[in-house]
Amino acid sequence: MTSYTDYTTGAPVADTKAPDGPVHERWDRRRFEAKLVNPANRRKHTVIVVGTGLAGGSAGATLAEQGYHVVQFCYTDSPRRAHSIAAQGGINAAKNYRNDGDSVHRLFYDTVKGGDFRARESNVHRLAQISVEIIDQCVAQGVPFAREYGGLLDTRSFGGVQVSRTFYARGQTGQQLLLGAYQALSRQIAAGNVEMHPRTEMLDLIVVDGRARGIVARDLITGKIDTYFADAVVLASGGYGNVFYLSTNAMNSNATAVWRAHRRGAYFANPCFTQIHPTCIPRTGDHQSKLTLMSESLRNDGRIWVPKAKGDDRPPNRIPEDERDYYLERIYPSFGNLVPRDIASRAAKNVCDEGRGVGPGGQGVYLDFADAIRRMGRKAVEAKYGNLFDMYQRITDEDPYQVPMRIYPAVHYTMGGLWVDYDLQTTVPGLFAVGEANFSDHGANRLGASALMQGLADGYFVLPATINDYLARNPNQDEVAPDHPAVQEVLAGTEDRLNLLLSVDGDRTPDSFHRELGELMWEFCGMARSDAGLRKALERIPQIREEFWRRIKVPGTGEEFNQSLEKANRIVDYLELAELMCLDALHRTESCGGHFREESQTPDGEAARKDEEFAYAAAWEFTGTGEAPVLHKEDLVFEYVHPTQRSYA
Amino acid sequence: MKLTLRVWRQKNADADGAMSTYEVDGISPDMSFLEMLDTLNEELILRGEDPVAFDHDCREGICGACSLVINGDAHGPERTTTCQLHMRSFKDGDTIDVEPWRASAFPVVKDLVVDRSAFDRIIEAGGYITAPTGSAPEAHATPVPKPDADFAFEHAECIGCGACVAACPNGAAMLFTSAKINHLNVLPQGAPERETRVLDMVAQMDDEGFGGCTLAGECATACPKGIPLTSITAMNREWLRATRKAGKR
Amino acid sequence: MARTVWNSTVGKKTVMAVSGLVMLLYLVAHMLGNLKIFFGTDEFNHYAHWLRTVGEPLMHYEWTLWVIRVVLVVAVVAHAVSAYQLSRRDIKARPSKYVHKKPRAGYATRTMRWGGIILGLFIVWHILDLTTGTVHSGGFESGKPYQNVVDTFSTWYGNAIYIVAMLAVGLHIRHGFWSAAQTLGVGSRTRDRALKAVADVLALLLTAGFLAVPVGVMTGVVS
Repeated sequence: MTSYTDYTTGAPVADTKAPDGPVHERWDRRRFEAKLVNPANRRKHTVIVVGTGLAGGSAGATLAEQGYHVVQFCYTDSPRRAHSIAAQGGINAAKNYRNDGDSVHRLFYDTVKGGDFRARESNVHRLAQISVEIIDQCVAQGVPFAREYGGLLDTRSFGGVQVSRTFYARGQTGQQLLLGAYQALSRQIAAGNVEMHPRTEMLDLIVVDGRARGIVARDLITGKIDTYFADAVVLASGGYGNVFYLSTNAMNSNATAVWRAHRRGAYFANPCFTQIHPTCIPRTGDHQSKLTLMSESLRNDGRIWVPKAKGDDRPPNRIPEDERDYYLERIYPSFGNLVPRDIASRAAKNVCDEGRGVGPGGQGVYLDFADAIRRMGRKAVEAKYGNLFDMYQRITDEDPYQVPMRIYPAVHYTMGGLWVDYDLQTTVPGLFAVGEANFSDHGANRLGASALMQGLADGYFVLPATINDYLARNPNQDEVAPDHPAVQEVLAGTEDRLNLLLSVDGDRTPDSFHRELGELMWEFCGMARSDAGLRKALERIPQIREEFWRRIKVPGTGEEFNQSLEKANRIVDYLELAELMCLDALHRTESCGGHFREESQTPDGEAARKDEEFAYAAAWEFTGTGEAPVLHKEDLVFEYVHPTQRSYA
Repeated sequence: MKLTLRVWRQKNADADGAMSTYEVDGISPDMSFLEMLDTLNEELILRGEDPVAFDHDCREGICGACSLVINGDAHGPERTTTCQLHMRSFKDGDTIDVEPWRASAFPVVKDLVVDRSAFDRIIEAGGYITAPTGSAPEAHATPVPKPDADFAFEHAECIGCGACVAACPNGAAMLFTSAKINHLNVLPQGAPERETRVLDMVAQMDDEGFGGCTLAGECATACPKGIPLTSITAMNREWLRATRKAGKR
Repeated sequence: MARTVWNSTVGKKTVMAVSGLVMLLYLVAHMLGNLKIFFGTDEFNHYAHWLRTVGEPLMHYEWTLWVIRVVLVVAVVAHAVSAYQLSRRDIKARPSKYVHKKPRAGYATRTMRWGGIILGLFIVWHILDLTTGTVHSGGFESGKPYQNVVDTFSTWYGNAIYIVAMLAVGLHIRHGFWSAAQTLGVGSRTRDRALKAVADVLALLLTAGFLAVPVGVMTGVVS
């Protein structure tokens, strides 16, 4: 057996769906060129949608409105609980309501640049175009965006940009957008167009004759494992940040759907591109089960600082102004506290590594509102950030109106995901991926308030247009026989896996493995990565995996509500995905966006990209657990936004 | 901290349940209540016992999954969700009772997990604005007065956790239902379906077997998002208005 | 429409609110009439007689009174049936109680349910006592209400029943009036305090007004 790091490079992978021509005409052209399905024939087509977040909820509702028969799944007890609900800050759109120089092209430009030139221009431009329609759609659904006294929509600015294009609903924008999609979906469930399966988790993908034709899913209440068939499968199962154990993801967010699809032939692109969010509440101890994000919007008015001196443990209010280092304002004078997330996170790590971090363990920096309170008054600060301040106080028992908040970066979002073409189709025909589950439009770093935009763009507008083309070209697929060998193999594999987990009866809990893996990943594949560290992680992961299958203890049976079994099964996939993340990080010897290689930095410590070598998306092909995967490169061509070293100084 | 927990254990929907007593030690005041239960579960697994099942997901107070009645209070002694409740709200040596939401419309699935799908069906009955994708007019075509937008938002904050039902002596879902009706009915976009929405959602709420309102006010006290009791009054007003208008047609 | 109202929990509460307000109006008039007892036998008996001749000559003797009685019976029945059906429903909606008991929970519900039952029983006794005289303690004489009232409140149990019932009336109105306002949708955040204050004042005045009579008899002011 060859070592895992001895990956081979296969044929390049190319997006064949995006039309040529001027970038602003491509989406129109694609929509025109795509074949359509006659409205009368749509109800004959079944589409499976996995996940009910912004991407899945909006896709399910829209496909059902179009007349398709949608069968939809979520692991939560209600589609309304998908983790999109936790997004706080806002959603970008190039409406230019502020008349501050915004445009579709500027949003496109900002996103490509913010993504450190590792995203596909065609996709990003489409995203910027659609952003405008999303706001219209959401307002029509009754999403209560913040408004001005004249009754028109309010916007605010966000990290990494200099225009005010972020629409928001206090600190609960994700919740409000998700409820809009959920309500649209509910309408279709009531109309009988969507067959909803809550508390049902996808455990594998069924591929018949080279096409995605269904899934294997487990009813989490009864434990019953069943097969579901369709003409196309859409994965909207979110990101894989929970590989790190501690992240801002929901406790049950997981990578099983995408990883199983990857095992069945879908390429996984840029797995090492993970976003570390700069403004999270620092951890308090080993009991910590997850991390809580504080909206990035706080950086609009809060000032980030650490003491100038190492090991200065005076209370923050006793440190005089000239002994404080407002390091973001110092290093990046023009963007100041509003630099993109990757830069803000790394800067925080750097000052903490220098020994100037604050709070327990020195793992934190101050986010100070004293100036804002002086300038705007406590009332105005309360109106803008009250709910975030309350949340902070509840968790930390400290009053941020009196003492500065302490923040520290945490894993938040994964830009990597299943490789998709312009139509959002993976390398498995009939398998689509939307939202955070795909490798998406954010390149190596996502700008704030762009995840909601992308999820909704994919679900409301892109997928419903492009999936037509696939279904129209494959109008009469044979019905899948439940006893088809391909189906039986997947079903048996799933049952065997769960039975094995239950039968090991070892002496370690699922959480203990998850935590161990997470700590390893955070240390070696977190904010800064190095050749030596990644190699160490790649050596450890197979050992943990081996130990896992020897010592895991899962109580209970498979025929009941069994949360330990759910957890353990998700860890099985994390233990493989983590390996690919490290390999991807190891092979990409440049720094870009959220991926910072210590070997590749400018003299002043900024990320140094290597465009001549790495201007590609890395799409990995699975060959077997622990076996060296095959790398397929998709070259990225920049015709409109020319790669420059990002500068926010 | 050292605590005694009395937890409702019930194997499945059909089994009888009872309180079981557990001792937990080494609890940090900085832990969230759910992290304290995680600690208990880790011990139970290693002892070969069935861990306590409870719903939870975002642990940020927004998804609405967590749902524990702690010492008789839905979500416990603080006005927040269970996941945002911290152990500093308790004292060393306390005995804490942990029970599931109780209402016949919320049958127990296992231990502390209940089935809240009745809420989804209430939304399905009319808790939406019919606006198929692509049909939307320009967002600024209809300005919404700020007070109306704020009123809508205040009610839209509902996370659908069901604490209102759990706290209500009648197991009523009035606060949940009224929050969604008020959110949508005050907006100009929601106006065309204003009457059918309230009539259909209230009818569905009744069909699900929730109790009626006696304005005991427990729901609004328990609501982690502060949906006010007047939300119910506003829904009653909408319902009477819709009934009168329906009678005239 | 009637069916929509009767079949809905919200509608049935509306029935309770409207019938409750009708009864409340009646109670205010009843209480004011009662106070006439402090102005002597003649004035009180004359008032009682007037009740039977209101509306003459359009209305025949006692017609108006009977109209009021019918309206009241309808209100009482509608109120009680709705309350009974809603309570059954509420109890069914929450079959198992929490193991950990909270004293606070259900205060309003309990007050209204038990208060309502007490008041229902009281009304029966009250009619048998002072309208038909069936269970009257002294020698009941139709047309001599002053003496009948004095007789009733000369017994300890007459006073006891009445006082308990009037306290129940006060508590019932206190929550009921405010509750009816919410049910009819007239409450709002700005009006809430005013509504609660009106409910408190109404409850207090009615209780005090009604209790004045037995207290008057007991202290010998009325004899």
